[in-house]
Amino acid sequence: MSAVTTTSFGTIWRSARRNWMALAGLSMLAAAVIVAVFAPLIAPYDPKADLKVSIDDIYAPPSAAHWLGTDDAGRDVLSNFIYGARVSLIVGFFASFISVFIGGTIGITAGYFGGRVENILMRITDIMLVIPDLPLAVVLVALTKPSLMNIILVIGLLGWTGTARLVRSQTLSVKERKFVLRAKAIGCGHFHILRRHIFPLVLPLLVANTVLVISLAILEESTLSFLGLADPTTLSWGQMLNFAFTRGGVSAGAWWALIMPGLGIVWVVLGCTLLGQGLEQVLNPRLEWHHLSVGPKMVARGAKEERP
Amino acid sequence: MKPVTGQKTLLSVRHLSVGYESEGKLLPAVEDVHFDLREGEVLGLVGESGCGKTTLMLSLLRLLPVAGRITRGEVRFGGQDLLDLSETEMSQVRWRDIAMIFQGAMNALNPVLPVEQQISEAIRRHDASVSAAQATRRVEELLEMVGITANRKDQYPFQFSGGMRQRVMIAMALACRPQVLIADEPTTALDVMIQAQILELLLELRERLGLAVILVTHDLGVVAEICDTVLVMYGGMTAEYSDVDRVYNHAVHPYTQNLLKAFPDLSQPNARLISIPGYPPRLDALPSGCRFSPRCPAAFERCHQETPGLYTVEEGHTARCFLVEGKV
Repeated sequence: MSAVTTTSFGTIWRSARRNWMALAGLSMLAAAVIVAVFAPLIAPYDPKADLKVSIDDIYAPPSAAHWLGTDDAGRDVLSNFIYGARVSLIVGFFASFISVFIGGTIGITAGYFGGRVENILMRITDIMLVIPDLPLAVVLVALTKPSLMNIILVIGLLGWTGTARLVRSQTLSVKERKFVLRAKAIGCGHFHILRRHIFPLVLPLLVANTVLVISLAILEESTLSFLGLADPTTLSWGQMLNFAFTRGGVSAGAWWALIMPGLGIVWVVLGCTLLGQGLEQVLNPRLEWHHLSVGPKMVARGAKEERP
Repeated sequence: MKPVTGQKTLLSVRHLSVGYESEGKLLPAVEDVHFDLREGEVLGLVGESGCGKTTLMLSLLRLLPVAGRITRGEVRFGGQDLLDLSETEMSQVRWRDIAMIFQGAMNALNPVLPVEQQISEAIRRHDASVSAAQATRRVEELLEMVGITANRKDQYPFQFSGGMRQRVMIAMALACRPQVLIADEPTTALDVMIQAQILELLLELRERLGLAVILVTHDLGVVAEICDTVLVMYGGMTAEYSDVDRVYNHAVHPYTQNLLKAFPDLSQPNARLISIPGYPPRLDALPSGCRFSPRCPAAFERCHQETPGLYTVEEGHTARCFLVEGKV
């Protein structure tokens, strides 16, 4: 069993290594994660530290002491930016796990059981889909106490519809395959069939989709923070933008306070998109090659087996 | 004639009718089919594409697609009517008593699981007390039985050739030592050499394990070679049902007679093949009267108006044709 798992991960890695999109996206995300994890070591200042601020420190342009200048409260923009990666990534990962879990469960259940179950679940999905996400998120966040947890929950609970529809359609196609009928003929129960025969064929799609959902969640968090709906004490990229806009950054001409968080968001979202698309190509080998095509891979394998 | 098989009847189908729901109507796919399957018997089920062969087989296991309904009849197996069982009881009967080899072996195997896991699935499903190691040993035994070396058990379906995959399917079908094996066109899409090997394997397994086999096929040559009895279907109904000798030498139904003429005879290589003009009926536009009447060379007035009953020609030989009624 373990041998099987390693080969398949090895296979994925081998073909991912040759896919520049997946590789670029992975590197970009890895860089962001490293920055977020080691924030206290990298950041020149602690953004939470008490500051004695003089008027000259507010929106001070980049200098030797503050490479990327300071913000409205005289804090170091670079340090804020580095710590802000933490919040953006935490929200992105957790919220997307919630929504992928909900969407995956609903999609696979609806697709497999069909009939009335599918009707009810997909109508709920449709309703969720037609309600504009952002206004609803604004209302929900505004009604609840602004906290990191609430933002994660709101984004996670609103963002699953796309996943549900995607997983449902994949399930519909997998369940028509003959080995599912064979599994039923063997006497397997629904749960067993879902776990052993359907889920493994839905999984690749789900993984690629998860990466894309992460980028959506990060964008949504930035949007909510930018609109001033996040906890003002947690510093995310969206929050930095919000402060720069509402506290006179634009009129002060403090471009440094605006550009960095914007770049950060673009970097992570682009990384996710590239990785997601790259993974889709890697995990769907039919797009690339099939077992009869002659490639360096096959020659290398044949040579190895011939050796005594 | 081949040696008569055991006299104990395993499976007995009476008045079985199956329909598909479509746009609020029920289209009859199988109507009023009877047959018996004795121990060790090989029953050939022949007919054109779309005549209800696969529907009939799937309804025996109650595995019809969602739109399928069994409207009438009984399927007696081991003293009980399978159509009366609960879904849980039925899932016990499946594979343990009646196993099936599906049409198209590649599609019936999960491409992302090694074959061992797919075979042991059946074993452990029906006997939870079997340990993983015992299941593995049984899988090895089964693979050897169908002529595959046991060390290929960890390979994936795509690593097997078409014939080997079909052998894997047979091994899987035998996993729970069933009494009845339904083989739905087990040799379509295989070349003739491999076909012959697979059929030989089925026959050998029948001898060794005392299996009763229902063989669904288009190939009348195969039927002549290995079947004991033949059920000819047309448009969802029994056309003729008898032992293989009588069907080949004394067919009474015009459809059977024409079907035999449409099959090449090696002793007369220059004889013209005769095809039956027209097409099999569509389920949503069945002809009135006998379903074969529009294509039947011997049809007369009555055939277009009334549906013939199932008449007995002699003991163990029935046909659904007015010509027979007159003779008896």
